[in-house]
Amino acid sequence: MASIEEKVKQIIVDKLGVDESEVTRDASFQNDLGADSLDTVELIMEFEKEFDISIPDEQAENIQTVGQAITYLESSVDK
Amino acid sequence: MNRVVITGIGALTAIGNSVPEYLEGLRSGRSGAGPITHFDAENFKTRFACEVKDWDPTTRIDKREARRQDRYTLMALFSADEALQMAGLLGEDGNTISAVDPDRAGCIWASGIGGLRSLEEQIEIYEGGDGTPRYNPFMIPRMIANMGAGHISMRYNLRGPSYATVSACASGGHALAAAADDIRLGRADVMVTGGSEAVISKVAIGGFNSMKALSTRNDDPATASRPYDADRDGFVLGEGAGAIVLESLEHAKARGATIIAEIGGYAASSDAYHISAPHPEGAGAKMAMINALKDAGLQAEDVDYINTHGTSTPIGDTAELKAIKLAFGEAVYGANISSTKSMTGHLLGAAAAIEAVACILAIQHNFVPPTINHFSKDPDIDEKLQLTFNEAVERRVDVAISNTFGFGGHNSATIFKRYSE
Repeated sequence: MASIEEKVKQIIVDKLGVDESEVTRDASFQNDLGADSLDTVELIMEFEKEFDISIPDEQAENIQTVGQAITYLESSVDK
Repeated sequence: MNRVVITGIGALTAIGNSVPEYLEGLRSGRSGAGPITHFDAENFKTRFACEVKDWDPTTRIDKREARRQDRYTLMALFSADEALQMAGLLGEDGNTISAVDPDRAGCIWASGIGGLRSLEEQIEIYEGGDGTPRYNPFMIPRMIANMGAGHISMRYNLRGPSYATVSACASGGHALAAAADDIRLGRADVMVTGGSEAVISKVAIGGFNSMKALSTRNDDPATASRPYDADRDGFVLGEGAGAIVLESLEHAKARGATIIAEIGGYAASSDAYHISAPHPEGAGAKMAMINALKDAGLQAEDVDYINTHGTSTPIGDTAELKAIKLAFGEAVYGANISSTKSMTGHLLGAAAAIEAVACILAIQHNFVPPTINHFSKDPDIDEKLQLTFNEAVERRVDVAISNTFGFGGHNSATIFKRYSE
């Protein structure tokens, strides 16, 4: 089964249409991967759907990079 | 007033995904109809439509944009790109307009309905979920009917006027007229206009079926759109886009552009009668044609080709022919008349756009596209009218008029003519 990290990266590749090689842990959605604020909302909603969780808005605001998304999801998703 | 010329065209239809393919489809009298593949139509009264086939938007549009947008705005961008390329107005990067001041270039783009499929999909996701609203943040920008104009303006950096016209199946005609006005009045040098529609979906097929507007000839989709035939039973829904680059004559000449044709004139009118039925005597339609001729400074006998609204509905087709006879008098018998919807289906808000392209091609290549699928005479239709049945006719076409009429009683008529000094 794919790890959380792999799943997160795949969602980002699909939604932002970027190359897998660009999706590093340090990459910022808006500064490095060309996302706008609507793309970021869409990504959060895709994470919620994929991992069947609900991410509160105040937490979502802190998820700005690939690494932050992986860390947040690893700590909130039941393994 | 400035003269308005055409320097580029684009087409994306069920009978061809580019202008050359569309031209070939119109000449050969090809039907674009087939079983619906966009959704499972098994339980619907109509299970066929004129879908655009084998189309890859990413040949002209960035992959990422292609993912974010509704089909109708992708179709808008795709056909606008073909038209701007033909006009020689694209910069080296292919994404920015060149050879015109961007503040003097705009886009008025039609859609009758907008991104209905995106709306439909999101409502289904919500209704099928646990009640938590998880509407996609792109749903609204995908759905709203002005986004064809918005995306074209953004992609090519057109900073003059940009907006949408919405008048159901006449939307494209009103867009063209508004865009041409901007050039006539000197507000812009270049205007991209046209329309796109992509609503072959459950809601649209179901809704039009309930109005009894669509053909239900499921056993033979290719012959279902049969304007003026005695056994016509409704329109066939189509999808696609048509684009026209309008330019002031002065601007086109100054940059040495190839002029394809000229806008003669146009007019709009209203039936003021019923939400969906045409005025039985064609009162509104007649005035649109008469006033368009007046605007163009032309006589009825100057018109070589009449591209009708001709949707293949029992009432609409005969009402329009009545109106044409009233507007043209005896001169009507000298013109060829045809409904290209027999091939492309009815593209609603984009109908006038692809039919404008058909008229321009008729002038450019001197032929009249046919009204295909004629099998039996309707006794209520004047036999002396040259309805160009089944096969294209080769003839010199200097002047063509295109009619479009929308639910709500909105009428528009546009005249295209051969350009000469």
